[in-house]
Amino acid sequence: MNETKAKAPKKGLGARILGLSDSNMLLLITIVVFVLMYIFAMTVLGKGFLTGQGFLNILNNNAYLIILACGLSIVMITGGIDISVGGVTGLITMCCAVWLDKRGGSLMGSMLLAVAIGLMFGIVQGYLVAYLDIQPFIVTLAGMFFARGLTTIINTDPFNVTQKDFVALKDTAIVIPGLGSLNRRGVYVDATIEVGVIVAIVVVILLFFLLKFTKLGRAFYAVGGNRQSALMLGINVKRTRFYAQVLCGLLAGIGGYVYFTHVGSGSVLNASGAEMNAIASSIIGGTMLTGGVGNIIGTFFGVISLGTIKDIVTSAGFEQSWWTGITVAAMLCFFIVIQSVIIKVKTRNKKK
Amino acid sequence: MEKTKFQVKDLFKNQFMIPLAALLALVLFNLIMDPSFFAITFSPNAQGTMVFGGQLVTIIDYGSELALLAMGMALVTAASGGQDISVGAGIAVSGSLILRVLCGGNSRPESLQAPIFVAVLCGILAAMAIGAFNGMLVAYFKIQPMVATLIMFTAGRSIASWFNNNELPVLTDPAFGYAGNTIPGCPIPSPVLIAILCMIIMALILKFTNLKLYVQAAGINERSARLNGLNPTVIKFATYVILGVFVGIAGFIKVSRLSTINYTSIAKDIEMDAILAVALGGNPLGGGKFSIAASVIGAYVIQFLTQTLYKFDVSSAALPAYKAVVVIILVVASAPAVREWFQSKFKKIKSNDKKEVA
Repeated sequence: MNETKAKAPKKGLGARILGLSDSNMLLLITIVVFVLMYIFAMTVLGKGFLTGQGFLNILNNNAYLIILACGLSIVMITGGIDISVGGVTGLITMCCAVWLDKRGGSLMGSMLLAVAIGLMFGIVQGYLVAYLDIQPFIVTLAGMFFARGLTTIINTDPFNVTQKDFVALKDTAIVIPGLGSLNRRGVYVDATIEVGVIVAIVVVILLFFLLKFTKLGRAFYAVGGNRQSALMLGINVKRTRFYAQVLCGLLAGIGGYVYFTHVGSGSVLNASGAEMNAIASSIIGGTMLTGGVGNIIGTFFGVISLGTIKDIVTSAGFEQSWWTGITVAAMLCFFIVIQSVIIKVKTRNKKK
Repeated sequence: MEKTKFQVKDLFKNQFMIPLAALLALVLFNLIMDPSFFAITFSPNAQGTMVFGGQLVTIIDYGSELALLAMGMALVTAASGGQDISVGAGIAVSGSLILRVLCGGNSRPESLQAPIFVAVLCGILAAMAIGAFNGMLVAYFKIQPMVATLIMFTAGRSIASWFNNNELPVLTDPAFGYAGNTIPGCPIPSPVLIAILCMIIMALILKFTNLKLYVQAAGINERSARLNGLNPTVIKFATYVILGVFVGIAGFIKVSRLSTINYTSIAKDIEMDAILAVALGGNPLGGGKFSIAASVIGAYVIQFLTQTLYKFDVSSAALPAYKAVVVIILVVASAPAVREWFQSKFKKIKSNDKKEVA
């Protein structure tokens, strides 16, 4: 950046921003929008947004979504899609809840069960998508149907899990020093996060390095950008797509368990619509469905932007449920149109 | 036309092969399990009109909305190479608006506040507006259809409940229920008649206009379509608006069936069924060639499957799991890789036979 500045000092800010790569540009927009939105919420609405816990609650509520959206970002970077993640999450909560409460299983067993379910979905869908070359949308659509249907076959009545170890895990709160605040009575309350948030952050960091610095990560981008050239570069396209889908399944497994520790119940309605929220966050975070463009950090900000806007809508007094749907859609629309405009401007500049 | 020798290979290539084979499998399955599935009754209903009944009639009756959507979805898929996932939400919006106009803000009206015709027109216009919004994003902003329609998918049901202030209006006027049930004196359920009417209009349009050619041209190669003097942008936009019309009609049928609306459950997952109908009809989901007739058959096959599952006491919530298995079997069987594998096996058997003869 400094070097270019020295060489072309008169280059305007706009031109320099346009000079960024697609990925960085979209990331920048996402972060700027998030920061502006949060500052707006802090100054206009105040209330919960001013405390550290207010921010951490967004993380607590959306930890699972961060993990799911990361998985989706990877699949979307390779040019695919996975709409089964919400269904898989719901299935995992129900399976684990039944396993813990009705079968008397262990906590460790439930974790393995969650990961196994996620992996199984990933492997089957990955095989169908990558090796049999079936449309990912159709395959994962069937996967979603299957997961949702299976959930109701396993158990229909919602119930809370009361197993001792699990409740202990669910209620574990990790104190973040320095972010606590005084409550209404003037007593200092520590700011806490759930275990799931730690998992989510670890996942984000690991995937960031995977995408940025490993061969497999770069192959994901190459396959998504142009399958033909990736093939010519000697990348095993089929295997790369397979791995992306498996990774997404694995992350759906982990995310599903994080969701389970957050809600602590088995219910047919669990995580309904999670797949669309995850796709929306990925898009807001700058991942493009055409493939080849995307960023895990952006996805992270996409999820918390989505969480923040939902909080803003509810705390601004629009309590009717429809406002959430409409604002989220409006925000999605904004980001999608921005993406398309950027691409248009860029291609026009290139042609010149 | 020159008569060519019938070949098994050609059968595999025919677009109608998959839906008809699936239909045949379902029919056989039901024949073996319980032949009474195919019984058609003719008895008076609650209003005293003689109507046809039985499982088959139910399939054709309740498959009407899906068939309508499948027609529009086939066009959209062919032109833009993607699917509209907001049709369920669109049905909620148009249905909600129709009720809003008829109720005039009161959720339990004594009489209709507006002529039904006007209300239906409003509903169809609303659905067309949604279609136009989607079409604008897809055609002018060049956004992938699934992403563009994700916006309306997220907002649609919220907008629908907003129209009626989240109340659930109930209409008591029997005239409103005619379109979703039966008209007194007519033995055939009205949705079937509406669907057939729409199919005839669609068939006439395809026969007497260049719509099919234009849509396929835009879907197969946008650039060469433009070089040939077509405007792919307008064609894409138009297909979404046409789908909107079908969504509006389907929304009217849906609310007319019950004379009320449930924002979260009305036409739930119907977008998935409609996309499956198109896929089942053998239309390439990446755009290009399409066959409206095949996707309509696909729609009825899916409804047949649904009804079969209901017959075996599968709860409506567990239904998707079985549907998914069937869908996976179908798509795997029709996947190019699997087909090639089968064909190579077939050839091997043939060549082995020849060797033995030699």
